[in-house]
Amino acid sequence: MFRVSEWTDQKVETIIGNLLRAGVSLAAIVVLIGGSIFLVRHGLEPANYRVFAGEPSDLRHWDGIAWSSLRLRGRGIIQLGLLFLLATPVTRVAFAAFAFAMERDWLYVAVSIFVFLILLYSLLGSGF
Amino acid sequence: MTNLEFTALVALGSFTAGFLGSLTGLGGGVVLVPFLTLLFKVDIRYAVGASLVSVIATSSGAAAAYVKEGFSNIRIGMFLEIATTLGALFGAFLAAVVSTKSIGVIFGLVLLYSAYMSTKQQRDTYTDDPPDPLATRLGMNGVYPSLTGPREYHVHRVPLGFSLMFGAGALSGLLGIGSGAVKVLAMDQAMGIPFKVSTTTSNFMIGVTAAASAGVYLSRGYIDPALAMPVMLGVLAGSLIGARILAKTKTQQLRIVFGGVIALLGLEMLYQALTGKI
Repeated sequence: MFRVSEWTDQKVETIIGNLLRAGVSLAAIVVLIGGSIFLVRHGLEPANYRVFAGEPSDLRHWDGIAWSSLRLRGRGIIQLGLLFLLATPVTRVAFAAFAFAMERDWLYVAVSIFVFLILLYSLLGSGF
Repeated sequence: MTNLEFTALVALGSFTAGFLGSLTGLGGGVVLVPFLTLLFKVDIRYAVGASLVSVIATSSGAAAAYVKEGFSNIRIGMFLEIATTLGALFGAFLAAVVSTKSIGVIFGLVLLYSAYMSTKQQRDTYTDDPPDPLATRLGMNGVYPSLTGPREYHVHRVPLGFSLMFGAGALSGLLGIGSGAVKVLAMDQAMGIPFKVSTTTSNFMIGVTAAASAGVYLSRGYIDPALAMPVMLGVLAGSLIGARILAKTKTQQLRIVFGGVIALLGLEMLYQALTGKI
């Protein structure tokens, strides 16, 4: 007897579901850590979100976010957690492309890769 | 107000929004932006950015639970994500060029529409018509578990559904919401997909759609970490707990109450935007 590892839609969706949950959990923990650092340091300062100034560049782009996280800045670490969160659906699409390839469904490999590229375009826009 | 007080209040409000949103199936994102802009006077662009983040979190967090039921259709989802992600990019670019007043007006109208949709019965618009040949070629027709055993369904009017999904994505990118109401319109009404299949599949799509516009928001500096933190964590916790309780409660009355709240927020949003306060 031999077993063929079968890539059914149901199995793929279960893996994807777990993948998403893991990504969100990781993101939530990092955001919580960053938020705690931020509140310990700046909790008693006045909050102001009425005026729209836009975030400084080290909280907009992945390199600035990495730089500021490494210096253990609370706001930088929160953004890092949010980057993990954004990466979660992207990973899911990439995995779907892989799973469709296992099923030899080339049409949907192409569809998944197309969606992946759109997401990449949006995320890497954060590099400019 | 200090950062500590602000964080605590926003977390509490976000928790409530997430809780009621998942309990009623209407989604928390749609009340989050009005809550932040009307109550806390947060600039609408920051509010939308924070809301987008929370939408990704809840969609992804709930997916694991949805998958077990075996309703979602990964092919329909992936194919329509082409439309929603392109729409989301378009919406995110629109957000930079239109005034906050216009965003407020559009938001108000979407809230009123969502409130109207919440009064409608969740019923299958099932037909025995032959499927759209395009849907067959795309392998979208499927089977879902029903009380009487596995049941086949066919997908109709793919081009119409696809176009509506582009609109849903654009609204999501512009307003930071999951656009559940529009997605239901596209999948239930236009494509004739069974209700259970369309809601679970749309939940999968929401995270991917929101991620497409969130990247643009982040690089534009519209996502403020100190605001996004309590919003994301609050909505996520609220929606996960809401989903747990959902199985044990009857939500029809709650749905009507929450629908009423959404309608009031819609009117207030319209009023504030038209009088130039947003």
